[in-house]
Amino acid sequence: MLNFFQLIIIYAGIYALMAIGQNCITGNTGMLSLCHAGFFCIGSYATGIICKTLGLSFWLSLPVAAICSAVVGFLIGVPTLRLKGDYLCIATLGLGEIIRNIATNMNPVGLMSIPRAELFGYQFSSRNKVTFILLVWFFVLVAYILFRQLSHSRIGRAMTAVREDEVAAQSNGINVAKYKIGAFTLGAAIGGTAGCFATAYTLTVQPSSYTFMVSVMVLCMVVLGGMGNLLGVIVGAFIIEFIQYFPQLVGLSSVIPAQATQIIYGLCLVVLMIWRPQGILGRDKYRYGDPRSAKERLVSFFRRGEKKGGKA
Amino acid sequence: MNTLIQYLQYFLNGVTLGAIYALIALGYTMVYGILKFINFAHGDILMIGAYTGLFTYTALLGESTNAAWMLTSFFIAMLVSMAFCAILGMFIEKIAYKPLRNANRLAPLLSAIGVSFILSNGAAWMFGTQSRRFPYPFDDTPIVIAGLSITPHQILTIVVSIIMMIVLTSFVNRTRMGKAMRATSLDQPTSELMGIDVNKVISMTFAIGSALAAVGGILASFDFRVYASMGTMTGLKAFVAAVIGGIGNIQGAMLGGIILGILESVGAPLLGIPSALRDTIAFATLIIILLVKPDGILGKNEREKV
Repeated sequence: MLNFFQLIIIYAGIYALMAIGQNCITGNTGMLSLCHAGFFCIGSYATGIICKTLGLSFWLSLPVAAICSAVVGFLIGVPTLRLKGDYLCIATLGLGEIIRNIATNMNPVGLMSIPRAELFGYQFSSRNKVTFILLVWFFVLVAYILFRQLSHSRIGRAMTAVREDEVAAQSNGINVAKYKIGAFTLGAAIGGTAGCFATAYTLTVQPSSYTFMVSVMVLCMVVLGGMGNLLGVIVGAFIIEFIQYFPQLVGLSSVIPAQATQIIYGLCLVVLMIWRPQGILGRDKYRYGDPRSAKERLVSFFRRGEKKGGKA
Repeated sequence: MNTLIQYLQYFLNGVTLGAIYALIALGYTMVYGILKFINFAHGDILMIGAYTGLFTYTALLGESTNAAWMLTSFFIAMLVSMAFCAILGMFIEKIAYKPLRNANRLAPLLSAIGVSFILSNGAAWMFGTQSRRFPYPFDDTPIVIAGLSITPHQILTIVVSIIMMIVLTSFVNRTRMGKAMRATSLDQPTSELMGIDVNKVISMTFAIGSALAAVGGILASFDFRVYASMGTMTGLKAFVAAVIGGIGNIQGAMLGGIILGILESVGAPLLGIPSALRDTIAFATLIIILLVKPDGILGKNEREKV
């Protein structure tokens, strides 16, 4: 059980990284994108190729994966800028599928037995989960701090302005195209790094695992947690990974079939959306400088939950 | 000459595939036209339709090998499956989408994804993960005309699709309910003020879309077999077809479906790439069309007003 709990923490960390990237695109800038599986795939392949084929260090693959994904994100961002809302969602969905389709076609088996990541002679093996948790969550923390600072900076506010009203943002002198492409590139880069850790943990790269469902799952984490709220996004990643591994965690994986987990997952999505469409930690309307203290906000958060609980 | 016939053959196969996409795309486009949201569960309704059709057909047929009864029970099975999916579609709308009609745009999308998970995994749980063959209700020997071979199930697919499209077009254009649907998709608050029962219209839209998906599912199962996740890729492609044609536009969905089917079938041999890359062709077409004409081929160009 402890074993599975550690597994959940590792996967929650990997997906939290992806969700932070998705949040930058969808939560902060308001672009509905569904190709994070594609970025994840590129990052995984970058690590796989660098560590296995070229025999170089895992640490080198991190920036390379980030740069590769960022370049793809940039290339996707530029032409699809003209598209809005659901059209953007469909175009990016198509691009994600194209990336997977091409990867499958080049080599349907993928890469196997990739060498482990190493730090000062210490090997990060999947058997020793605690060190892996530290490794992944260290990077989640770094990404959290970076993106938190970003969203409170001038750039972050410009991105929010683009999300809230593109025309108004443009008339206030914000270069909408620049921020949209920038958000796409940044989000893609983080998605790519998440792919590195997934490869370093499983030591395999299988093109069949980067389906459209992965993108959907990452989007769910962002929306469930509360769009634009970084902490919420990480909570969302935890919840979804927890649901995925729940039967193994309580040792009932032989009793509960795999499909039941997915059904519970689907039910959770529907119920949570009906109960709190803005996400668990989401706000009704985005506003700056909440004058209330953290305690007051916490109290009002739980009060609101009580009041709205029966309204669904 | 031989290559010409070969390409005509690909073209013919493409039209059959396209007719199926078009039927499914109609459901997406009608729902989008009225509610402005992507019903991701539509693909799974298609799968439920295929299973319902398959079970009803085998139950009705029993041990009988009478050719006339085979065909009759096939059509009865199709009607049963249409009715079942129509009810299922309305039920899903009531439970999962109606409470979210005024929420932000992402909420119903995620709710639809949740429903899709429930349906596809529920089916995998109940019916197992192995795929089943839908038995042909007739002798499926290809008919060869001037070097072109066409199978009876392809003819059936095309004929049934054309009938369905004619029925739908005349329903939307000729009846009172159809008029109410068109009004609701143009302007929901105004049509409500004019006395149209918008809830009823939305229920009806889901019922019709799901019934068409059931037909599409049964026809698709001749080529693709019946399995729990059959709706995911077929549904996605049909949605692509709806977007190519101009989402929200009924003629556009039909046109988009046929175009996508033909491109998928002819594209790979024409470009000399492996046929496993046909999905890439479908999605690349989508992106190119969206970039050239962001509202699809027959879509109306809506300018954003300040």
